[in-house]
Amino acid sequence: MDRRTIFGGQLLPALLVLPQLVLTLFFFYWPAAEAVWSSMTTTDPFGQGSVFVGLENFAELFSDPLYLQAILRTVGFCLAVSVLAMAVALLLAVFADREIRGRAIYRTLLIWPYAVAPALSAVLFLFLLNPQVGLIGRWLNRHGIPWDYHLDGGQALLMVVLASAWKQVSYNFIFYLAGLQSIPRAVVEAARMDGARGWRRFRTITLPLLAPTTFFLLVVNLVYAAFDTFGTIYAITKGGPGQATETLVIKVYRDGMINQDIGGSSAQSVVLMLGVIVVTAVQFRFMGRRTSA
Amino acid sequence: MRRRTLLASSAALAAAPLLPARAAGKTTIVWWHAMTAQLNDEVNRIADSFNKSQDEIEVQPVYKGGYADTLTATIAAVRAGQAPHLVQIFEVGTGTMLTAGKAVKQVWELSKETGVKLDPAAYIPAVRGYYSLSDGRMASMPFNSSTAVMWYNKDAFRKAGLDPAKPPATWPEVEAAARAIKEKSAAEIPMTTSWPVWIQLEQYAALHNLPYATKENGFAGLDTQLEIAAKPMVKQVQRLLDMAKEGTFRYAGRDNAPDPLLLSGQAGIHFNSSGMRGALVKSAKYDWGVAYLPYDPSLIKEPLNSIIGGASLWTMTAPNRTPAEYKAAATFLAYLGKPETDAAWHQATGYVPVTLAGFELSKTQGFYEKNPGADLPVKQLARGHVTPNSKGLRLGRLPEIRNIIQEELEKALQGGQSAQQAMDAATTRGNKVLRDFQKSVKA
Repeated sequence: MDRRTIFGGQLLPALLVLPQLVLTLFFFYWPAAEAVWSSMTTTDPFGQGSVFVGLENFAELFSDPLYLQAILRTVGFCLAVSVLAMAVALLLAVFADREIRGRAIYRTLLIWPYAVAPALSAVLFLFLLNPQVGLIGRWLNRHGIPWDYHLDGGQALLMVVLASAWKQVSYNFIFYLAGLQSIPRAVVEAARMDGARGWRRFRTITLPLLAPTTFFLLVVNLVYAAFDTFGTIYAITKGGPGQATETLVIKVYRDGMINQDIGGSSAQSVVLMLGVIVVTAVQFRFMGRRTSA
Repeated sequence: MRRRTLLASSAALAAAPLLPARAAGKTTIVWWHAMTAQLNDEVNRIADSFNKSQDEIEVQPVYKGGYADTLTATIAAVRAGQAPHLVQIFEVGTGTMLTAGKAVKQVWELSKETGVKLDPAAYIPAVRGYYSLSDGRMASMPFNSSTAVMWYNKDAFRKAGLDPAKPPATWPEVEAAARAIKEKSAAEIPMTTSWPVWIQLEQYAALHNLPYATKENGFAGLDTQLEIAAKPMVKQVQRLLDMAKEGTFRYAGRDNAPDPLLLSGQAGIHFNSSGMRGALVKSAKYDWGVAYLPYDPSLIKEPLNSIIGGASLWTMTAPNRTPAEYKAAATFLAYLGKPETDAAWHQATGYVPVTLAGFELSKTQGFYEKNPGADLPVKQLARGHVTPNSKGLRLGRLPEIRNIIQEELEKALQGGQSAQQAMDAATTRGNKVLRDFQKSVKA
């Protein structure tokens, strides 16, 4: 079934993967090892003296109720962003998959937001939702709906979820569209012959056949929401009000770069790294099972 | 052939930063700063005029991002042994910089080693104090200093039936004015504030001679504790909460996010840095005024000096740095302290003059007659006698502490907790940061 190109000998394959290995070594393993090391030390900002403290930084982290809250908040945020971004993308993909005039234009326009930098998407949402200068924000306040994400934590969270999800819809859209197009017409036709219509056909035929795509997207979206939303959140709320929008990545940045708490911040990075390892392992396991089945 | 040239030139480019800091026999001084836009131009202008004034030293200003980025970049450079000669560090980074040990050369030390005279007495006490050790020796060189003031919309005052020539001086008067503005709908937002913690709490404590933290606000030792949950401080928070409830105060975001509300004329009263003058001159299309920060007459009869914000210049050390380079850095710092340099910087930027002579020179040049109110921040800084409570704050990780207080304040404004609860929570969390800092420094 698989077609594979087999290189002879040992040297050539080794040579071919070497650049990637070197890059991984320098840009991943080395910094990661540094992070693990500094997560077990207490050091002054200038690194003039550092003391090995073992797992003290981690113990402190997990005894801090604010950190535990941040974990829960991040999980909630990631799920909200992923579900929203994927649901909207699926809906749009289903519509764009139909025979409609100007299909190519719709598709191109839908893919556009993916190219927008996080900080810019944040600014776009500020222009819409800022209570003083935003189009929608002003409108809401004028019509007696108090809207002020500077003070209302729920609204702030809603706003960063919207801005983060909006950016990811395009990516999901591409994958869902491709997924829809790869569903064999015959299966759909057969369902149609059996009298399955509209929603029922979608639920019983399309959705299950999209499951692999959905699973892949879920993992990608969770990782996106956990890590790549930093720019968007930082530009909109800086983590506030209170800590309403402070996700783990924002906290790592704040503690490490602004507060110069290198040890504590490294410990948080290590925890995040473990999280990514777990998510990736789960993905490989399930994806692997699927291809071998 | 072409490829070879490309390779060679890229190798040369890569090697360039490693070349010794010396060009055509001149000593080059690299100066990292965080000044953008018009302020960046001014920094370059100062460096240019210094470079032209003599032919031994070449100062190279390099923009390194915002204040926090510059501090982070500096720390990274120190760790790599490649710190620049001079770096601009914001006032709240002072506590951190003081723990830098051999990575920095404090001003008194630099002056002693190089023989270049850098006299603390030339600087305005409230400015100098923030950057000095508790025995009066200067640690870093004052550069861009501002302080907080009250800005107000004179048109809105007129509309509300208030006298625009008599801005409110005390908090009860401010409350009354804000109420009048609200009742007459003279401005969409009666009162707002930028930098809530710096202005409404840190400045407030200094003005009223209240301790912000034990051990002379941290000047006398690292084992300091926040005292912001004391009654008079909570009273101030309560006032803001009450005004927010009443609709006379609008919290509009962190840092300087609320500034546009004043620039656009939507706010009647606004608190912000004195450095906002330039922006108002340029873009406010209405009649505005500046006033002293209000005080609470039940706490103090004559308010003390306000404290500064802004940044100072630190001299950094590096392996292989020659005495000539330190001397060049000291010479440039001395140049910055000359009355002409200081006055020109003050007049062009809206920062306060940092030297007494610079202030005098601006007076004799007639700057304040042409720009009424521009001397108010200096007067506010220079009034009365500096006490341990009005000298400023010397707390490690102060940016983090500010952020914590801001978070608790926001929670209180949302209605989630009372003023006392907010300040208690901020004290507990802030003290933990102080202990962590103490521990990391002792490491």
